[in-house]
Amino acid sequence: MVDFAGWDMPVQYKSILEEHKAVRQRCGLFDVSHMGEAEVRGPQALRFLQHLVTNDCSKLYPGRILYTVMCYPHGGVVDDLLVYMRGEHDYLLCINAGNIAKDIAWLQEQVQGFDCTVVDRSPDYAQLAIQGPRGAALVQTLTQTDLAGIKYYHFVQGEVAGVPCLISRTGYTGEDGFELYCAAGDGVRLAEAVVAAGGPFGLELTGLGARDSLRLEAGFPLYGHEITDQITPITAGLGWVVKFDKGPFIGSDVLQAEKLKGSAKKIVFFKTGDRRIVRAETPVLDATGAVVGRVVSGTLSPIINEAIGSALVDASALAAPLAVDIRGTKLNLQLVKPPFVPLKKS
Amino acid sequence: MSNVPAELRYAKSHEWLQVAADGIATVGITDYAQNSLGDITYVQLPKVGAVLKAGETFGVVESVKAASDVYAPVGGTVLAVNPALEANPEKVNSAPYADGWMLKLKLANPADAAGLLSAGDYTKAVG
Repeated sequence: MVDFAGWDMPVQYKSILEEHKAVRQRCGLFDVSHMGEAEVRGPQALRFLQHLVTNDCSKLYPGRILYTVMCYPHGGVVDDLLVYMRGEHDYLLCINAGNIAKDIAWLQEQVQGFDCTVVDRSPDYAQLAIQGPRGAALVQTLTQTDLAGIKYYHFVQGEVAGVPCLISRTGYTGEDGFELYCAAGDGVRLAEAVVAAGGPFGLELTGLGARDSLRLEAGFPLYGHEITDQITPITAGLGWVVKFDKGPFIGSDVLQAEKLKGSAKKIVFFKTGDRRIVRAETPVLDATGAVVGRVVSGTLSPIINEAIGSALVDASALAAPLAVDIRGTKLNLQLVKPPFVPLKKS
Repeated sequence: MSNVPAELRYAKSHEWLQVAADGIATVGITDYAQNSLGDITYVQLPKVGAVLKAGETFGVVESVKAASDVYAPVGGTVLAVNPALEANPEKVNSAPYADGWMLKLKLANPADAAGLLSAGDYTKAVG
């Protein structure tokens, strides 16, 4: 167990590698109740969100979810988040646990002058993620809702095991699956029902360790690693969530300039062909041995059975070979466009 | 509770040692150590013929969580390293006292083994 943003959370139940494989091959249950939730409601909720985040929230309709980041005026990332449109003038944001206090303060500050309200609902929600190719079939045994009717990045309100839930076809593993948001007091009952039904589907309890290795293998950013208040979404390769044509938003001028001029540094993903893990903060070296960047995430992929990771590297160094030194052994970085493994998400 | 076989000797740094009748010692890490490290992904071992002093680092055991040095519980010359660990380091997790062994050592001074912890003392040490 480790302290994670004030939550006492398991890094692993049995084995990070076995839990990781279970999610790629069968399914896993993650308790992600630590995630934060904020409600944005009011006549100008959409206008506020368009000002706040980089992606285009006008594309949302009730039941639709959008992945985005929100930035500071200098372009660094406040947080990455999901925006759920529940109804006209009614949105729910899912934010990172470690950023709840900071995000809520930022939202309260930015909402000034907009006719809408921001409410921190984090303590009111539990959240369970059922992820993996058999996850949907498992959840279907517990609900009358037709899950086949919920497309990726869509949600409905329903009941799972008799517990009222927001049933969201999303996740942080690159696999098909669902994230179930329910009242905090119903979380244990829902988890017990999922576990009780999970046997025939090969369900494993899965912890933070597998959550991190799965998201890295899928190429998803983690706040504090690939995105920070010093790393912009353009630098991080998240240009696809930055929509300049929707009109100005916080940081848009800085991000547009970076896009036009080119980024000084880039987040890249790599593998090494070796099992030695290349850990965060390891210097990235060019052919002369000069430091041209640093690793921001690193683990072992139990699927391709080699070290994988991401690094923040000087853009000018990217055309030439890169390496790291692991306890005296030089390992060459093979740059990879993630995901590192084929993903089957719907 | 971790497994601490009565017939082995132990170092505070969580290595075990078993001296066979021919005076050759086998060295590995304890069940407590492998459990603390979690999934072991890489084991770096010395070359055969290396001469180790007691307490000297002889390799690195790496897990998803961290990389940790491992130490020679007594001095000696490396006669063999476990070749299976290169491809299957997880044997250290599944069988730390058997298939997960790391070194065969010819002890510099066979009497040194008596200076290591007994199973009972090691059990107390890991609480």
